[in-house]
Amino acid sequence: MDALNQKRIDLIFSNYTTSRYQVLKRTLQRSPDDIINELMDAGLKGRGNVGFPTGIKWKFAKREEASEKYVICNANESETGTFKDREILERVPRKVLSGMAICGYCTGAKKGIIYLRSEYAYLKEQLQNELNIFHENIKEFNLDFSIEIFLGGGSYVSGEESALIESMEGKRAEPRNKPPFPVNSGLYGFPTVVNNVETFVTAQVIFAIGAEEFVKLGTDYSSGSKLFSISGDTAKPGIHELELGTTIEEVVNQFGDKNTKSVQVGGASGFCIPQRQFAETVIGYEGLTTGGSMIFFNNSRSMYKVLHEYLRFFAEESCGLCTPCRIGTQQLLLGIEAVKRGDKPAEYIEVLKKLALNMKTSAKCGLGQSVANPFISILENFKEEILY
Amino acid sequence: MPESKSLIQEFVRAHGRGRNNLLPLLQEIVRHENYLSEDALLEVADTLQIPASEVYGAATFYNYLDTEFRGKYVIRLCRNISCMMQSQSEILSAISLFLKIKVGETTSDKKFSLLQANCLGWCHKAPAMMINNEVFTELTPQKAVQIIKEYKEK
Repeated sequence: MDALNQKRIDLIFSNYTTSRYQVLKRTLQRSPDDIINELMDAGLKGRGNVGFPTGIKWKFAKREEASEKYVICNANESETGTFKDREILERVPRKVLSGMAICGYCTGAKKGIIYLRSEYAYLKEQLQNELNIFHENIKEFNLDFSIEIFLGGGSYVSGEESALIESMEGKRAEPRNKPPFPVNSGLYGFPTVVNNVETFVTAQVIFAIGAEEFVKLGTDYSSGSKLFSISGDTAKPGIHELELGTTIEEVVNQFGDKNTKSVQVGGASGFCIPQRQFAETVIGYEGLTTGGSMIFFNNSRSMYKVLHEYLRFFAEESCGLCTPCRIGTQQLLLGIEAVKRGDKPAEYIEVLKKLALNMKTSAKCGLGQSVANPFISILENFKEEILY
Repeated sequence: MPESKSLIQEFVRAHGRGRNNLLPLLQEIVRHENYLSEDALLEVADTLQIPASEVYGAATFYNYLDTEFRGKYVIRLCRNISCMMQSQSEILSAISLFLKIKVGETTSDKKFSLLQANCLGWCHKAPAMMINNEVFTELTPQKAVQIIKEYKEK
């Protein structure tokens, strides 16, 4: 427990009221290249789910020659079990706006947009009030950059960056083919940086404390700290900032209810880690990359119900564009139901496994590709619960 | 429907007819009329000069753009894992019993519609529900019914 306490960090929510836009003001004195280099020195990787190096993304967008560029803050936080972006926008919005403005300054974008999921519509007014203050400040700093809020329509797949852009263009949120990537051709075909809410905040934190301090946290591959949304069978549900490189065992010792049989890391699209793998599983880009959702299950829980719920979720949220995902999600759900009822033999699970692996290679976007993550990890570790 | 017609005209006067305004416009109609009627969708298509099929395609894609009739207050009870683990089903039964409607239905006085929703982002305070844009957490069956009673008197 002591080991974990050392790994508990307080950077994201701290020093809020004392430094109102001062970090932004200070950072804007530096050259864009200098700022981007610091992000790369800090080793910041996207805090959504994918983990693409943020400095490189900004650099790519900066390099593009275009009459317009955009900075989009992805606040379509819809992964099951995560609620940290909502908390960030509610408690430290200035840090997000600062991160976006610095990104605009570095890349040459003059417009920023926060894509706010409709479930968080209640935040819109207070966010708009903060934006008014932000716009006044930014005028004093002589930066031509404005931010507006775009309210999403309610869809999980909109969190995929190209689907999010389609949605803003007034279409169904269907992911685009890549390449081109949004940094080359994004919103209305212009270079667009799409970063997660937490990524912008973490960039702001790096500019506040410096890359040197930041890399003291975490590991070589996964520098810094990250927010984790903890729920399920735990006595301490909530948001906790931890150093990357922490093991599941350390997290379970701190937050588990002494009876934890597995932890689902990364929500529906993530992995189920059973007890015997707690010690060896490291949270970070070298181990489990995650947006930060952690749901604890104790011995009273049926893993069949958990898997069933994830598959139902995917079948509902699949955009329906590509066949592997549209049909695959439905067939996996029907398949485990049939095995459970005894209408299909236990061996049928192997057929379903093949289907899930097929989806991993043939589905168009991260949604369909990641269905195999919970399916295979729950199946392999809790096969009896799924079959009988 | 003349009401949505004036709403749509007012919106495009303020924001323009660009395709990027499609979602905001549909949201505006839902805010006033609780759902998107066929007439409203056709009017939007006509006004923004977008094929009706594409307007319908976009509208039916999103969970918060209802194309079915909804009551004044739309109750969305979160159904994902963390809420499920905190007896979400008991809350659903209590609301259903109180309002005498099943999931997907609307009360006869057109005041309430009952839906289930995917993760609302309140897993640490599960179970959670939304009534229109307002969020309620750490629900018990009694608490949920009490909240709805208060809406009933509004």
